[in-house]
Amino acid sequence: MVIEFKGVSFEYPNGRKVFKDLNFHVRKGDRIGIVGPNGSGKTTLFHLVVGLIKPSGGEILVFGKPRKTEKGFHEVRKRIGLLFQDPEDQLFCPTVAEDVAFGPLNLRIPKDKVHDIVRRTLGDLGLDGFENRITYNLSGGEKKLVSLATLFSMDPEVLLLDEPTAGLDEEATRKIEKILLQKAQTYIIVSHHRDVLKKTTRKIYRMEHGTLNLL
Amino acid sequence: MIQEPFAEGESLFHRMDPRVKILGATGFSIVLAVATRPSVLLSGILFACLLVVLARLKVRQVFYRLLVVNTFVAFLWIFLPFTFPGEPVFSIGALNVSREGILKCLEITIKSNAIVLVSMALLSTSTVFGLVHGLHHLKVPHKLVHLFFFSFRYIHVINTEYHKIINAMKTRGFEPGTGLHTYRTYAYLLGTLFLKSSERSKRVYEAMICRGFDGTFWVYQHFSFRKRDLIALILMGFYVLLLAFMEWGVRW
Repeated sequence: MVIEFKGVSFEYPNGRKVFKDLNFHVRKGDRIGIVGPNGSGKTTLFHLVVGLIKPSGGEILVFGKPRKTEKGFHEVRKRIGLLFQDPEDQLFCPTVAEDVAFGPLNLRIPKDKVHDIVRRTLGDLGLDGFENRITYNLSGGEKKLVSLATLFSMDPEVLLLDEPTAGLDEEATRKIEKILLQKAQTYIIVSHHRDVLKKTTRKIYRMEHGTLNLL
Repeated sequence: MIQEPFAEGESLFHRMDPRVKILGATGFSIVLAVATRPSVLLSGILFACLLVVLARLKVRQVFYRLLVVNTFVAFLWIFLPFTFPGEPVFSIGALNVSREGILKCLEITIKSNAIVLVSMALLSTSTVFGLVHGLHHLKVPHKLVHLFFFSFRYIHVINTEYHKIINAMKTRGFEPGTGLHTYRTYAYLLGTLFLKSSERSKRVYEAMICRGFDGTFWVYQHFSFRKRDLIALILMGFYVLLLAFMEWGVRW
């Protein structure tokens, strides 16, 4: 079991309840899709997994251990990659190479190895020669791919992808689908694009009123 | 869009270790800022011009930037000669123009231009990231370095947000005028901009900690300190010491 939610509840400080007694689990190798209306808590679910927010009740187990404190989530964040909805939030370094290297350097990987990782990751995602491109001059599709590269360079065991194909054209969408199918094993995708989920996932849940129902 | 036009180029300063340049520019600026002797000021401005020539900057852009600085200096020329106490040279009506006032203006003009020129030649020939790395290695406190870097990085983002909102306003027929509607709209614009920026900064920080950020920036592209950097450091250090000696040492 990679991720396990046991009776998790969560409400925002303003009192809006998102989850009440949510049970959910992810096994190694699971490819899961989640659909649901805006504001139903899909992004909140991801933020709970990596500990950006803490539940008001219940227990979250990641990699077999209950995670409660900020410290407990440090390890989680190093092994789970979260792709943010807006790549502008994810990319912050001037050059693509610096951004892709940011994660591995945080993992204290020696610099000469990081160079190889950056080159290999960019190559894997079809971004050869992007090393010195300026991140804020990239197109929307390129930004999304580079954001994905910043996660892949950390070699995550699980990927949490928040709307990975939103706003992308046909070609970029196909590219992302292909990359996920070939390079990733365990992931959860939140998306409004049913056709993307049909191609890339084996289980699709619908999130509504704070519950997850298998479709 | 923030561009760094001077950072792209080929000259001995472009290849120099940013640390050497930061140290040189800082030392020079401090000594020149407090210096008062004409010989020191004159030597400083000549040195600054020499560096700009060596850095092979585009003359047009150099003048454009100097123009910005000298717009502020121009205000001093309007007020200072009339208000600085000293021996009157001539008078316009009841106002006396003092000799000391003019000299003070001249001093400030030379100082500010020399310091700006040296900054252009030395600092803007590095990329901002290069400077950030340099500061980092010079043991400047992390918080200051981060502040500097993120201010630079996010001025662009805030600027983009600003234009998005302005466009949204324009396409709905907004034309600025004088009136409560305009003032209120601008207040909303600023409020929204502030909220959006603060929300974004939160999300960027979250994205960073998700990738294992713990407060330390690890430097990816490393620069090397070569022999010619050492020579440059010694030369610049020597020059700054010479200036200091001319200012505070024996009288010539």
